[in-house]
Amino acid sequence: MASTFQPSDDSQVLEAVTWALAEEAPLEVVGRGGKRGFGRHLQVDHTLDLSGLSGINFYEPEELILSAKPATPMAEIEAALAERGQMLAFEPMDMGPLFGKVAGEGSIGGVFACNLSGPRRVKAGAARDHLLGFNAISGRAEAFKSGGRVVKNVTGYDLSKLITGSYGTLAVMTELTFKVLPAPEKTYTVLLDGLDGAAATRAMAAAMNSAHEVAGAAYLPASLTSRSDVSYVQGAGASITALRLEGFGPSVEQRCRELREELGAFGALEELHSRNSARFWSEIRDAAYLTAPEETPTWRISVPPAAGHQVLAKLSSELDGEGFLDWSGGLVWLSLPAGDDASHESVRGAIAVHGGHATLVRAPADIRASVPVFQPQPAPLAALSARVKDSFDPKRILNPGRMVAGS
Amino acid sequence: MLMPKPDEAVLAKRGEIIAALRGIVPGEGVIAEEDEMRVYESDGLSAYRQMPMIVVLPETTEQVAEILRYCHGEGVKVVPRGAGTSLSGGALPLADAVLLGLGKFNRILDIDFENRAVVTQPGVTNLGITHAVQDQGFYYAPDPSSQIACSIGGNIAENSGGVHCLKYGLTTNNVLGIEFVTIEGEVIRIGGKHLDSEGYDLLGLMTGSEGLLGVVTEVTVRILRKPATARALLVGFASSEAAGTCVAEIIGAGVIPGGMEMMDNPAINAAEDFVGTGYPRDAAALLIVELDGPEVEVDYLIGRVREIAEANGATSLRVSENEDERNAFWAGRKSAFPAVGRISPDYMCMDGTIPRKMLPEILRRMTALSEKHGLRVANVFHAGDGNLHPLILFDANQSGQLETAEAFGGDILKACVELGGVLTGEHGVGIEKRDLMGEMFTEVDLDQQQRVKCAFDAKGLLNPGKVFPKLHRCAELGRMVVHQGKMPFPDIPRF
Repeated sequence: MASTFQPSDDSQVLEAVTWALAEEAPLEVVGRGGKRGFGRHLQVDHTLDLSGLSGINFYEPEELILSAKPATPMAEIEAALAERGQMLAFEPMDMGPLFGKVAGEGSIGGVFACNLSGPRRVKAGAARDHLLGFNAISGRAEAFKSGGRVVKNVTGYDLSKLITGSYGTLAVMTELTFKVLPAPEKTYTVLLDGLDGAAATRAMAAAMNSAHEVAGAAYLPASLTSRSDVSYVQGAGASITALRLEGFGPSVEQRCRELREELGAFGALEELHSRNSARFWSEIRDAAYLTAPEETPTWRISVPPAAGHQVLAKLSSELDGEGFLDWSGGLVWLSLPAGDDASHESVRGAIAVHGGHATLVRAPADIRASVPVFQPQPAPLAALSARVKDSFDPKRILNPGRMVAGS
Repeated sequence: MLMPKPDEAVLAKRGEIIAALRGIVPGEGVIAEEDEMRVYESDGLSAYRQMPMIVVLPETTEQVAEILRYCHGEGVKVVPRGAGTSLSGGALPLADAVLLGLGKFNRILDIDFENRAVVTQPGVTNLGITHAVQDQGFYYAPDPSSQIACSIGGNIAENSGGVHCLKYGLTTNNVLGIEFVTIEGEVIRIGGKHLDSEGYDLLGLMTGSEGLLGVVTEVTVRILRKPATARALLVGFASSEAAGTCVAEIIGAGVIPGGMEMMDNPAINAAEDFVGTGYPRDAAALLIVELDGPEVEVDYLIGRVREIAEANGATSLRVSENEDERNAFWAGRKSAFPAVGRISPDYMCMDGTIPRKMLPEILRRMTALSEKHGLRVANVFHAGDGNLHPLILFDANQSGQLETAEAFGGDILKACVELGGVLTGEHGVGIEKRDLMGEMFTEVDLDQQQRVKCAFDAKGLLNPGKVFPKLHRCAELGRMVVHQGKMPFPDIPRF
């Protein structure tokens, strides 16, 4: 019989995992359920629903840390941070809209389980760079902790890195402590019109390599600009290359002037100020241009920044896809026409020469059951990763097969 | 410090092992003479010494793989070593182990400004990377105080920090990819010039694993554009509480300084005696706050920090007006260790981290501990991130003082953990803090970490005796007590 367990505290999580281990009954581990469609399609009978483990444990703005239970809604965390002028610097993507759900429903546990980072990743690092410590129940049904509440800590292995981006396959997190940072006073965005991917990449590299502390560099081809809610972008009628500057008021204004001068040779320039900037970068963050139609396979491709435009151009033309670049070209978002295998061989073939990896973020369940959602690894690395999984979850009861078939 | 008992069977076939290693690394790459091995008998934690069984200095990844494959097959332990600057004994040799030195991996392989990345061999020094890119205005951000000597491979093993961590992160936040060799001799590459590495974050796991999981043979790091400008404030306070509050308020105001260092009165005076750059000798605590970035921003923030410092009762305040002045502010801090070395025959440098707000409390406790143990202590902190470096002054020639200093250091680290902090912020556990791990972790926590070790090194041959207070066999760790299956919490909703 299929069961859903809804523990309300750590000891009940432990009880549920203990039962699953004894029965060798695999569990699907769910925070608020917003990302159930992400990863390989799971076929397990039982669900461990963590929605009862919700809420902020403590928030100390002057220590730049916040600790929360795994199913705490992102909206709650972001509201608490905004009240004190702070933020999650890694700018986690809200995957809700991409999966046809409402925005703001994701959980902090899900953000770390999937290592979700947004446009500021180029400057501030990824989710994995911000998790300081956690408590969890392993697949051995043992409660353990790692890390702590301070940034500078090299005591023991850094399991916070390992648990981030492990998609719930190693342990069930019951408490997460992470770094937060001051939110910028002011945000401006410098826009360049009408560049092709190669020129846009040169412009983004020039900006990233400048001393102006660029905190976001994205490229939106002309075909997608009309989907923006930012009026200037919507009406651009040409591609948009966007560079974000943020920080203290006088600094942002000065850097914006200087950056515009330095990039003058790249063509027409425009500026977005705070509100429009925020809206534009949240669109980039959430891949808002690719949310519909929902059945289209959507890839998230991580490559060296200088190579992203080539990958985007090649796959757009060969597979009739559409997409855009973030991370100064290092992140390619790509949607393809509906098909039976999400063109996974072509996609992975296109990045092989550059190095990097591709994740099939969205696709119908049958495709996610038959196509490798995550980049296949060379045999020695795959074997090592499987041994790491076994070291936490030897009976493979936690989200088995979410990342790799059979493990 | 108790190390694992040398394996007599391995020692007995030393000659055979030397011959086999000479078959892999020709010429002078295998060192077996005691005189020549002497330089390897300790690392930066020089209180501990041990001659290695054999030293091998390979030049290629293939050689590293062959050496490890051979040692794995023969059950021979291996201790990896970069530049040997570890402050926690991470590279301390074992009597029955091959010391694997990566010093000949000293070439930078690729400088890629377009992708803001440098690919390098692990034996290149930390500062060597910056030197290779600085003419284009770039640098490699983590700057451990040993950066002139320490290797980037060692930085990965230790997840090294430095004074700029608060703003720019530790090694782990600045490494994009590695190639490493497992004890079984398999070459594995993770990450690269792209930003997120794929699958489980083994890159993050390897960083800071103290040479227990694999031997790094290539590294890709991200480089950053050098900030346009940097200016510093030198602020004295009448109490450490006032300095601590000032630190908290600077961060509370949304300012993240490039560096924020604090020194207590004994450290201030030791530094002033040594370099004499005008530190206020009567201050109970001194803050150096460095702001870096675009000029307009730095000037603006200098003003903000000045206001906060004055509101907190600063007793002296200077702002650097040029590079000479800024360097002079730092000179005392950067020479704090040798300065303390001058006023005491020996000193021991500790490395705990505490939540920032606990600074005054840990100082109070240290004063009490100093009285209890009858030894002096001088303090320098990375105040921005709560990382403490208490320097315990002692005289090793006086019987019992080394032991007293060790006990004092242990008490300080226990206090750090009690106050919500950790045993080591950047120096690593190594052998130095190994037996204190139980202060921070439960048996279950440590067993889980050792199971991860087993996933990489089931025979426990790579750098054994470091980090973990108790060595367990992997088979023993893998055992599971399974409790009988009863449906969990039957009285809660289930559907």
